[in-house]
Amino acid sequence: MKALHNFLENKVKPNFTEGGKLERFWVVYDALETFAFTPGHATSKGTHIRDSIDLKRTMFLVILAMVPALLFGMWNVGHHYYLSLGEVSSADPLTAMMLDKFLIGLEKTLPLIVVSYGVGLGIEFIFAGIRKHSINEGFLVSGMLIPLIMPVDVPLWMVAVATAFAVIIGKEVFGGTGMNILNVALTARAFLFFAYPKQMAGDIWIHGSTTAAQGSLADGYTGATALGNLANTVGKPLDAEGVGVVMSQFDAGGLYSLQNAFFGLIPGCIGETSALAVLLGAGILIWTGIGSWRIMLSFLIGGLAMGAIFNAFGANAYMTLPPVHQVVLGGFMFGMVFMATDPVTAAQTNMGKIIYGFFGGFFSIMIRVFNPAYPEGVMLAILFMNVMAPMIDHYVIQANVKRRMKRASNLQPATA
Amino acid sequence: MSKAIRIRKGSDIRLVGVADKKLDIAKPSPVFAIKPPDFHSLTPKLVARDGDRVKAGDTLFFDKYNEPVKFNSPVSGVVEEVVRGAKRRILEVRIKADDHTEYKDFGVKDPAGMSADDLKSHLMAGGMWPFFIQRPFNVIANPQGKPKAIFVSGFDSSPLAPDEAFVMEHIKDDFKVGIHALKVLSEGKPVHLGVRQGSSCYNDVEGVTRHEVSGPHPAGNVGVQIHHIDPINRGEVVWTIKPQDIANIGRFLRTGKFDLQRIVALVGSEVNQPQYYRVTVGTHLAPMTAGKLKDDDKRFISGNPLTGASIEEDGFLGYYDHQLSVLPEGNKPKFFLTEGWLSPGLNNKTFSLSKAYPTWLLGKRRYDLDTNANGEERAFVVTGQYEKVFPFDIYPVQLVKSIIVNDIDSMEKLGIYEVAPEDFALCEYSCTSKINVQQIVRDGLDTIMEEFK
Repeated sequence: MKALHNFLENKVKPNFTEGGKLERFWVVYDALETFAFTPGHATSKGTHIRDSIDLKRTMFLVILAMVPALLFGMWNVGHHYYLSLGEVSSADPLTAMMLDKFLIGLEKTLPLIVVSYGVGLGIEFIFAGIRKHSINEGFLVSGMLIPLIMPVDVPLWMVAVATAFAVIIGKEVFGGTGMNILNVALTARAFLFFAYPKQMAGDIWIHGSTTAAQGSLADGYTGATALGNLANTVGKPLDAEGVGVVMSQFDAGGLYSLQNAFFGLIPGCIGETSALAVLLGAGILIWTGIGSWRIMLSFLIGGLAMGAIFNAFGANAYMTLPPVHQVVLGGFMFGMVFMATDPVTAAQTNMGKIIYGFFGGFFSIMIRVFNPAYPEGVMLAILFMNVMAPMIDHYVIQANVKRRMKRASNLQPATA
Repeated sequence: MSKAIRIRKGSDIRLVGVADKKLDIAKPSPVFAIKPPDFHSLTPKLVARDGDRVKAGDTLFFDKYNEPVKFNSPVSGVVEEVVRGAKRRILEVRIKADDHTEYKDFGVKDPAGMSADDLKSHLMAGGMWPFFIQRPFNVIANPQGKPKAIFVSGFDSSPLAPDEAFVMEHIKDDFKVGIHALKVLSEGKPVHLGVRQGSSCYNDVEGVTRHEVSGPHPAGNVGVQIHHIDPINRGEVVWTIKPQDIANIGRFLRTGKFDLQRIVALVGSEVNQPQYYRVTVGTHLAPMTAGKLKDDDKRFISGNPLTGASIEEDGFLGYYDHQLSVLPEGNKPKFFLTEGWLSPGLNNKTFSLSKAYPTWLLGKRRYDLDTNANGEERAFVVTGQYEKVFPFDIYPVQLVKSIIVNDIDSMEKLGIYEVAPEDFALCEYSCTSKINVQQIVRDGLDTIMEEFK
């Protein structure tokens, strides 16, 4: 490795330093060199020894935690593609056409990942060049999150526009990594949701269902997400026409049964469907201490609490869905594990994290049931809590300040 | 009265190179130096000039804004050189030592018979005052201040720190006399002594309020003990002093001589036989280190690896330091898969307080860490990290941020009066974004100190 480093140092690096012919690409070179070699920077101030952890490892572990959801998502894309064509049926063993399903998913997902990283990192490099600082690793995570929360058939140009919007307006205008108020990946998703409502509401959840296969969909296969179906029941009495048909899909054996929803055999965004895969990621994040267990746990409790409250009222069919079933549907789990825990946009104090998480989960379920126009409540709930997080922290910190002030005011005058 | 304090947050960083319990008297150093930068925010006014003859106890310089606070020569000899840095700032006053030290006679005193003011002026004239450090601000105590208590941490919990029981064996008598002096100075206010739980080395010390402290570093930091015993509020002052300096005061009163001794632990993975040495304050390193070090690129740290000052190989020990740590310099790049950011981290060169490395699964063993920063400075991203190693009822991140934006009002409200840079050393160690937290805290304290002037 010494030889490689010497080669870089003596032959390659001079081209990129000041006066070299590739000077303007210094940021790119620097990012790649520091990727391969932790630089030999010795400490100069303060502690002489430093922890081995750095932002690269932190971000890498988050990406690692997303891998189960990503791999399962790829398979699931293919699974639903063949289901919709009727080439497999839900009665077949899941291992049927395993490789074909996975390859379809890979073919659809890889371009999304490439576009997301390409656009996002390109913008990051430009800003790092302008600001003359090295690349922050933050986008490595955002760039993987964005494809995972996209419907599979979303046009690539929309992903590119959304990513550019999220990186520039969501992050760089605030000063870059660490300064943003809203979660970058969710900003991209929200941008698409509000800017292209028509495209985002169409049949884009199943690969191929909008195009050639439109006419040849298998019988009874609608290609709608569970939440989209449920949203149709809102505002109708429990015994209204069609409601029973929808709700029967949520019973054992139905497409959206608790079992299917937990394992992820339902249509939805690429990475969000499988609660199991997401929880595997949660395990990695909690095990390594990188994701906040406080946020995840209180988020889950918040969601279950709201679900239970709805159960108690049961005013429409949606409300009667058991809380556990609520939280394994849609993007709830994915948002809880990967979005709500983003340390930059979440609350920063330990107490604040618990409050933030609880209301995040609470509002996620509330929004999706109360407002059928926004079936994906978790996105809006987390963005809303992102905005609220500084205020939550403010009150948590004020309690500490008050405690200190009180201590001071209890003093005897003689010592003051 | 004794009160048990249990510290839960923090971490012991176990490094290779602990000192054996063996004390040698170091060979006499030919040159000594007193370094004004050791005394934070001091503006020294020189008394001694190049070529002057001094006795041990003669004043070298004093505090320009507080004239009675004197800084005396630890040995007799000739002022060899006043080393200056940028803007003619005085960095070192070097004294070429005689073979036999001649002491100036300050007279033997019994603190019990003295008033606080008499004792104070005696200690100031004798150059003993700089041992008193005040909080807030962590600077030499203002002699006019009225402290609400004097705090002594009886032990040091930082990495590779000297063992207090071993050191005490050699200085106990002087220490007890010094404690009597503290009693007089405190004018009826308590003198608190923090003792490591289970340690009996201070059991026979009278006149202090003992507190048993348990838990990981920074349990031995006096700031942590103050916070849990009697926290500092706005407008209050406490004085702190270290055990070996109490012994120096005791020796000064008992003998009338300015005889500043220190038992120093020479430690670290670059030392062949780590052990203790008895030296005189201001000593050159060579008498301790000559022939005892490994042949690598080395970092010499006067103090412990978390808070100490970097010094040159032919430099001088810091005024307050009872530890000289020698670690391998980390100026070599690390390939990302083997030793860098994606390494498995199973060897003893990787130590992390974060669970992202397997340190926490590998049990108790000692680590051989170098001075590589292990990453570049980044924006502040990861939260919850500082809180795990900061045993104060204070929000460390928010306090640091208020300092960065220079918001004096928030700094006060968030508790800046209670802290010193050393209390943030573990935060800085564990910081993913490699932020120099201790420097930020020092700057914040300096800003507030400016306001009070």
